[in-house]
Amino acid sequence: MGYFNKIINAIKTLLQGMQVTGHYFFPNLFKRKYVITRQYPDEPPVVFERFKGEVVMWHNENNEHRCTGCQACEIACPNGSIEIIWKRELDPATGKKKKMIDKHIYHLGMCTSCSLCIQACPTNAIMWSTNFHSATYDRHSLTKVLNRPGSKLMAGVEE
Amino acid sequence: MNLMTANIFAQWLQGTHGWLYVLILVLIVAIYLGFFAVAGLLLVLMERRVAGFFQLRLGPNRVGPWGSLQTIADALKLVSKEIFIPKFADKLLYKAGYYLVIITALIGISLIPFAREIQAFDINVGIFFISAVSSVGVLGILFGAWGSRNKYSLIGAMRSGLQMVSYELSAGFAVVTVVLMAGTLKLSSIVEAQHGTWFLFKGHIASIVAFMIFMIAGTAETNRVPFDLVEGESELGAGFHTEYSGMGFAYFFLAEFINMFIIAALTSTLFLGGWLAPFGITDALPAQWFWGLFWFMLKTMSVIFLMMWFRWTFPRLRIDQLLTLEWKYLLPIGLVNTVLMALFVWKDWLFDIGKIFGL
Repeated sequence: MGYFNKIINAIKTLLQGMQVTGHYFFPNLFKRKYVITRQYPDEPPVVFERFKGEVVMWHNENNEHRCTGCQACEIACPNGSIEIIWKRELDPATGKKKKMIDKHIYHLGMCTSCSLCIQACPTNAIMWSTNFHSATYDRHSLTKVLNRPGSKLMAGVEE
Repeated sequence: MNLMTANIFAQWLQGTHGWLYVLILVLIVAIYLGFFAVAGLLLVLMERRVAGFFQLRLGPNRVGPWGSLQTIADALKLVSKEIFIPKFADKLLYKAGYYLVIITALIGISLIPFAREIQAFDINVGIFFISAVSSVGVLGILFGAWGSRNKYSLIGAMRSGLQMVSYELSAGFAVVTVVLMAGTLKLSSIVEAQHGTWFLFKGHIASIVAFMIFMIAGTAETNRVPFDLVEGESELGAGFHTEYSGMGFAYFFLAEFINMFIIAALTSTLFLGGWLAPFGITDALPAQWFWGLFWFMLKTMSVIFLMMWFRWTFPRLRIDQLLTLEWKYLLPIGLVNTVLMALFVWKDWLFDIGKIFGL
């Protein structure tokens, strides 16, 4: 490219760049047209469905969950964020003793959100919630019991 | 509001006037210092809001209505911070650095004609004096960098010196083309000479080329992005003001924005008719000083906005690209342009609205 062609090309490309930024600036100046900032406490945040906030256990309206107490999630967890305290109790349907969960304990403070427990779960009992309000003043409140008090296994999960 | 400070000062030196004149001088200095602080704060705020809108953000909008008190809060924070001087710093040069930068910026601003007769210091070599003084500002940067004993500061300051030496030349040639049209170096007379046609249009091709060169060189002289190699964050920490904290840093920051204001004000004075109204639309109205200020500020703010637009669009140049741009492109073009303008003035091939319409 010759000397003058270079100059003309430079001016052209610089103006092109300014056109691009100007295209964003002027609508933003009066109408905030392209502004993507969410002013969080004033405006509701947009949380995507795949956002990994914390692990929760799904319960239906009869306070039943799908966790059989197989401990696959506990084994899959790389840093021991999940502890399952289980018990043997009489199953009213069969009249035999059966293994079931007492407490599904989840340490949110240790969790790295790697999703391995959710992939390991054979019955889809645990899942990600999109809750991001996880900050607390006391780290003990980050240790959560995922199964609700008095909940029991949903019928038909083990088949 | 006739501020003939130069005369007052001369008469005071000769002893023909008493302490009243000293009082007036002090008052004028106070007005300029006030303007200096307010303009600095407003420009920082404007820069941040404009940057926000360019980057699809909002910018500061929480402190005060539309974030208008944000920079005041920042200034308060900086005042309350500790001024930390490095152990092995050269304390005299370290402190002389920011004072020199601030003083040169203040001298520069005192020469700007804000409106008819609102000018602190109207001397015959006005534009020449401004370019001389603005080159002294780089000494402050060098002092500060040398004094703070930091190799990155010094690299930044040397780059600043390099940039100033290079770009002062093409800025000078752009100014010379204007002076050829105006026939004077006095800033108020340069504005008066633009009655009818602004110098941006009067010299058609040569003027527009000179305007572009002056904008590029002015941006480079104020060390703003695309030419901010001086502080290149990714290479030098913060460049020459790495070792400064609190108000020391704030002075450099303020001076940078005031220098931007000076360059923009000079651009509007030299090319856009300064305080003259376009087509004289407000000439018949009362309170001429207000309208002068209004038009001057409008033009200056537009040029400042243009410089901000540059800043948030263009990527930073490499040092060799910077020098190539100056010595291989701007300087030869500026030289040829000056000769071209001399030819236009000599043959009277100027574009003059008054002459064309027989007014």
